[in-house]
Amino acid sequence: MTDVRQHPNIVLLTSSEIEEVSGYVGNFHVRVVKKARYVIEGDCTACGDCSKVCPVMVPDEHQEGFSFRKAIHIPFPQAVPSAYVLDMANCLGNNPIACGKCFEACQKKCINYDMKDEVVEFDAGVVIVATGMETYDPTELEEYGYRKFPNVVTTIEFERLLSEGGPTEGHLVRPTDMKQPRRIGFIQCVGSRSRKRGNPYCGNICCMNTVKDTLLLSEHYPDAECTVFYIDIRAFGKGFEEMFVRSKEAGVRYVRGIPGEIREDQATGNLILSAENSSTGRVEDFEFDMVVLSTGVVPARGSEEIRRKLTLSKSPDGFLLESHPKLKPVDSPTKGVFFAGCAESPKDVKDSVTQAGAAASRAGILLAKGEVKIEAITSAIVRENCVMCGACAKVCPYNAIIPPDKAKGVYPSVIEAACAGCGTCSAECRFDAIEMRHFTDEQIMSQIDALLAEKPEEKILVFACNWCSFAGGDGAGTARLQYPPSQRIIRTMCSGRVDEKFVMRGFEKGAAMVLVSGCHFSDCHYISAVRWTQKRVEKLWDRLEKLGIRPERLQLEWISAAEGVKFARVMKELDEMRKTVAPAEVAETRRIIEEADRKKADRKAAKPQAL
Amino acid sequence: MPTTGDVRIGVFVCDCGMNIAGSVDCPSLVEIAKSIDGVVHAEQNRYTCSQPGQESIRKAIAEHKLNRIVVAACTPRIHEPTFRKCAADAGLNPYLVEMANIREHCSWVHQDDKAAATMKAADLVRSSVERARRLSPQKEAALKVHPAALVVGGGIAGIQAALDLADQGHKVYLVEKSPTIGGLMARLAKTYPTMDCPT
Repeated sequence: MTDVRQHPNIVLLTSSEIEEVSGYVGNFHVRVVKKARYVIEGDCTACGDCSKVCPVMVPDEHQEGFSFRKAIHIPFPQAVPSAYVLDMANCLGNNPIACGKCFEACQKKCINYDMKDEVVEFDAGVVIVATGMETYDPTELEEYGYRKFPNVVTTIEFERLLSEGGPTEGHLVRPTDMKQPRRIGFIQCVGSRSRKRGNPYCGNICCMNTVKDTLLLSEHYPDAECTVFYIDIRAFGKGFEEMFVRSKEAGVRYVRGIPGEIREDQATGNLILSAENSSTGRVEDFEFDMVVLSTGVVPARGSEEIRRKLTLSKSPDGFLLESHPKLKPVDSPTKGVFFAGCAESPKDVKDSVTQAGAAASRAGILLAKGEVKIEAITSAIVRENCVMCGACAKVCPYNAIIPPDKAKGVYPSVIEAACAGCGTCSAECRFDAIEMRHFTDEQIMSQIDALLAEKPEEKILVFACNWCSFAGGDGAGTARLQYPPSQRIIRTMCSGRVDEKFVMRGFEKGAAMVLVSGCHFSDCHYISAVRWTQKRVEKLWDRLEKLGIRPERLQLEWISAAEGVKFARVMKELDEMRKTVAPAEVAETRRIIEEADRKKADRKAAKPQAL
Repeated sequence: MPTTGDVRIGVFVCDCGMNIAGSVDCPSLVEIAKSIDGVVHAEQNRYTCSQPGQESIRKAIAEHKLNRIVVAACTPRIHEPTFRKCAADAGLNPYLVEMANIREHCSWVHQDDKAAATMKAADLVRSSVERARRLSPQKEAALKVHPAALVVGGGIAGIQAALDLADQGHKVYLVEKSPTIGGLMARLAKTYPTMDCPT
């Protein structure tokens, strides 16, 4: 931590919050509000004279409220920067009549009650998001009596009670009688791995943290009796299994089974619980002096705000979504933004350090190169056709389109450095006012026509996205999975590019079936573009039905790059469906669409001003 | 970009040894390609991606004044960068190269029906030629990267990332919302597996 303070290349801004990040890769502009500390950071020697005379006592957040701190305080002795901070919300008053004791006590005169919040602005080429995590608050799990029974504590509270820098200087006592607890129970997976309450995911660190705590206890308090209630012990890291074995050898009892409820013996403050030990099938009763709830983890408060400011996505668990779960685990889908630590998923210290190194390395590539190549496949506004409806800006997963301002006559514009080239805007634009470079309407239409030039009624036209379903087709090939030769694939970068008119053109040209395929929602290479694919296909199903064309002839499938087997299976299923489409049905479809097109053309001709 | 007239397309059909030639009639495919409007050259290669294969493309570009290239071979997810670079070396914009995937999406998955596989491969080549005809040169613009990094959050991950970047010589702004760095880690008694003090 002190290395950060001393490093000549690091500007450390504490008590600071990001107000705004604008711009794009290579050129982010950042506005930070540095909250007033009321102590001149560089002048403070952390002598503590101010704190000694401060009359205000408030619960100490760093000690989980187990002890008190003054209004003017240092968060903990090793804090960086090593400077006191005045908590103005609790300060008696900043005029000498009210108090002013700290000001008088400070020989360096570095306390300034009139200090103001400061706005700091700077440019940055890259961003690393390391907003971290918090532990789950188990209050909602009423059966455990947290906050009702003082001797039921959470992992972090227990850490403070064990810590040499803690409220008891490392002497473990329990809250009710300040006596050393002998029988200690640990309940695992509190708020984790549950579909009903808390969170469905594994907290990752809680098993090993409990194993660590039991080892610390057996070392310092040989008479301590520890019992751990668990579902599975996940000791998968290097040296972890060995720690778990040491803990068992030290006499810690591991009971496979989670207690349903904790009761308190009001006379003693002891905690009584029973659990079904699934290894023996018996229900056992237990009495403890203290129970530790091994709580899971959740994204840090405030990470949601940062997420919005940087237009990032989150996975269903609430943590930030990486660009690719295997191949780009520290890249965000927004170019130039990377993740370190628990912002992306729960991790322990070692994994956080590892990922931070990876993020620094990935970000360092851009900084070292000094320039970044931007995507050639981007969208461009065709002003002659644009009606300034703003649909393009609304659907862009990257906020790469500045919306139009109809009142001022300002057309929408594309920030090319932010555009990733999915083509969703182009497909959503009903006025042909967006050209997708390298994947133009004209190019794709010509491919459809070429593929369906001969015997279209025997063919299935397939639109496949580059990253997932096209790659899934590659996987089927690599595994030599055989399927009928009736399908013809057109590749787009994203299924979001598939315009309604492409599908209609396929039917008009006589395709027996059309398939639109893309990534699974969580895999979408373009954050959330695939959601627009789904909406569009649903709209098309309605349209086909209204026209009298069987909607089943248009299919939608999510196939990942790893799902070669699924790709081959879908192709076989589609071929079976294709066989139910008779040539007469195809001919009828062509007639319906041609007639609809003719009517549309007639309407346009009748309203020449619309052209 | 004109779609007829000036367009001079070259089609390169890859055998990929027997990987493609085993279930697609490659000589017929070359003949079909030659018959498409705008295709001024078509040839068959044993391995188009090999050095001799690429050399053949470069030679044909010069000899036949090709301004569009279609490579009917494996998936573009493998060799599109190879052929783009090959074209660029011969002075052609890399975005004027198009691939028809007649291996993963055709020869490998229709091994028992050579006639149908060849028909499908011909469709894929026609589709690629039509697309190639309408391709425009594209440019990957370069943007300057401002030489500084923002690190949001001063827990262990933010600290480590900031130090690593700073040690690489880059300027770093480390922004932390509380009055000290250290984050959640600073509140732990000891950290596993080393059982030492976190601060």
